Amino acid sequence: MGTKVLIADDEPNIVVSLDFMMRREGYDVLIARDGTQALAMIRAERPRLVLLDAMMPGLTGFDVCEAVRADPEVRETRILMLTAKGRESDVARGLGAGADAYMTKPFSTRDLVAKVRDMLA
Amino acid sequence: MKLDRRLLVAALAPGAALAAWLALGALLVRAALAPDQRGALASLGTLAFGWWLIAALVAAWAGIRLHDRHVASAGRLTDATRLLVGDPDAPPLVPEGAKQQRMLAEAINSLAAERHALRADMARLVDEASAKVALERDQLGALMAELHQSVVVCNLDGRVLLYNGRARTLFRRFSQAPDSAGGAELIGLGRSIHAVIDRRLVDHAMEAIDRRLARGEAAGSARFVTTTPAGHLLQVGLAPVRTGDVASGYVLLLDDITDEVAGHARRDSRLIALTEAARASLASLQAALDLLDYPDLAAGEREGFQTVVRAEVAALADRLAELTAETAGDALTRWPLQDMLGADLVTATLRRIGPRATAGEVADALWLSIDSFALTEALAFLAGRLGEETPLTLRLAPAGARAHLDLVWPTRDANAAGLQAEPMQPGSALSARDVAERHGGELWLSHDRASGVSFFRFLLPLAVGPEGEASQPERPEYYDFDLFSPSDAAHALDDRSLEALAYTVFDTETTGLDPAGGDEIIQVGAVRIVNGKLLRGERFDQLVDPGRSIPEASIPFHGIRPEMVRGQPRITSVLPALHAFAADTVLVGHNVAFDMRFLQLKEAATGVRFDHPVLDTLLLASVAQPDEASHSLEAIAARLGVTVSGRHSAAGDALTTAQVFLKLLPLLAQRGVTTLGEARAAAEASYYARLRY
Repeated sequence: MGTKVLIADDEPNIVVSLDFMMRREGYDVLIARDGTQALAMIRAERPRLVLLDAMMPGLTGFDVCEAVRADPEVRETRILMLTAKGRESDVARGLGAGADAYMTKPFSTRDLVAKVRDMLA
Repeated sequence: MKLDRRLLVAALAPGAALAAWLALGALLVRAALAPDQRGALASLGTLAFGWWLIAALVAAWAGIRLHDRHVASAGRLTDATRLLVGDPDAPPLVPEGAKQQRMLAEAINSLAAERHALRADMARLVDEASAKVALERDQLGALMAELHQSVVVCNLDGRVLLYNGRARTLFRRFSQAPDSAGGAELIGLGRSIHAVIDRRLVDHAMEAIDRRLARGEAAGSARFVTTTPAGHLLQVGLAPVRTGDVASGYVLLLDDITDEVAGHARRDSRLIALTEAARASLASLQAALDLLDYPDLAAGEREGFQTVVRAEVAALADRLAELTAETAGDALTRWPLQDMLGADLVTATLRRIGPRATAGEVADALWLSIDSFALTEALAFLAGRLGEETPLTLRLAPAGARAHLDLVWPTRDANAAGLQAEPMQPGSALSARDVAERHGGELWLSHDRASGVSFFRFLLPLAVGPEGEASQPERPEYYDFDLFSPSDAAHALDDRSLEALAYTVFDTETTGLDPAGGDEIIQVGAVRIVNGKLLRGERFDQLVDPGRSIPEASIPFHGIRPEMVRGQPRITSVLPALHAFAADTVLVGHNVAFDMRFLQLKEAATGVRFDHPVLDTLLLASVAQPDEASHSLEAIAARLGVTVSGRHSAAGDALTTAQVFLKLLPLLAQRGVTTLGEARAAAEASYYARLRY
């Protein structure tokens, strides 16, 4: 069984590409459409890495991040936040909430894939 | 003619003395003579009497003359001098009497003449000085009235002693009271600015200025932002008014920045939303494009990514279109446009272009919101490029929410293609079109083939219309420099002089005379008196919906018909406004107990208590003129020479009562009634006196 990666984003147009990329890299891809679903899937499926959008309906990416870090069962999940919030204060908040890495949209797919590989190594 | 005793003495005394002298001589002679010779002496008697009479007459004449020259004329001189002391315009002294007295009179005359000249000089100087002060005051008043910024000047207690019309308009916006008060319960001469601006903010600003001055810095003003009770954001500039080294008050420059701040916040949030949405879209786009480069995509996958690209591009375009629509109004506010009458713009432009341009059809009373200088320059530029000989016409017409300003010429005379986009000055990129766009408008070239004319048409925004200032028949009292001396609030009001107190003179019209039996207030009017001056500009005039019918029989008394009170505020919202209007003043009314009874019965319903000191002009008039029979408002007004206007409207009666009250004050002072406590005591005494009578 391959490495599980969860993609949590409410915009289908980015999910299509991320899904394709991750599959191509050989990961098992899970998809969540909002924060609540993302948190539930992290607890149920225990993915090793989450590509987490900061702005989602329901729980935001920041909220999910904090909840994950507060839960001893899933605390070790690697989190890469992908977000259109590009201000320094937003980056600080993301890292403060416990994200392992933070990428501002738009990003190059090559960089993203490299980052994911690093984080799972 | 009354006989002067001293003149009598002067005339008769010498004769009496001579008689006594002669009698004594006769006695001595008689003693020296033998008894038989004494008969001869007796026969001399008649002769001796005649001798004495002549001497006595001569002496009397001399006595009268001496009296006249030295005593009577000295008395007259004294009287005339006293007259001169009392009345500088009395005639000069007539020199008479002895030489020394004549010289004395002349000396007094020259003293008097000198005094006269001095007084005239002094009067002239005083007149000149007061004329200058009056001129400066009027200039200041006019300047303040024309200022586009709200200005309020306060003394150290925060009492307003000067404000301008802009400030009045600004405060009207802050007012939570019904329109009747028009913000006058917040701003008015003698009122406290601290109803709107926290005293601690002012103190803090004054301290900051003092500290800067102490450090030797020049900055003489401070700025701060505060929120008003009504929730407006107010930017305040404060500069102390200094007399020597000591501050005696301060000037406040006020700006309502609520809209501006809200506008900034709106723009900021739009900008952030746009940035984030654009980033998300770009991320989807870039990822999809990156993946489209993969050579081994299945046909379905390729098509899927292409769909993503198209959808995101469309979403971005929609987003931008939406933003442009939202921000169209904002761009306007950033360029300083002023309100101008369209006809004035046409006149100014015609003057700028010269005599070959004439006015065509120009709409009346059309207010534009424009940068008039830039617009006039743009029109003049276009006119210049159309050729010096081309006859031009300007016309202006409304077009929905905008206006059309046309520069018209016969088509055959000039070719104007492309002129609207040409830079107006070498080295500057600004074109006539830019000027139009700066107004949120447009500029285009148009041809009317039927009438053979071409025209440039400017599409210009209309002004919302200047914020209406309440129409005021008289120039309102916007300043009172007598308020500069700080009031001493610690004194009980009873000890305060009647002249120095602030009054709210009010009157109500009611459905009837029985408040306990269900009669209600239907109109309230009030004016203020500060420092002995009636402030006609700060008045309270409000119709009230009584929530019941208005008896037909009462209408002739107040002239208020049921349809006039429909839609007016209820008493529960009017009385709090009146209470705020009357804050820190003494209430005055004619037969005021009647009105107070209505106010008191509403205490529970409105939650406001009118516990102000109260004076009644009816009682005061009976104190000031105890012998008059009638103390009705008309009778008193007629006696005191007050013109009655708008009788039996609440505001009209309040105004009449206020004028009567001001005329009563000096009459009361003559009777030794000068403080509030004395006035109340006197009124009470008179009231009981009347009851007993």
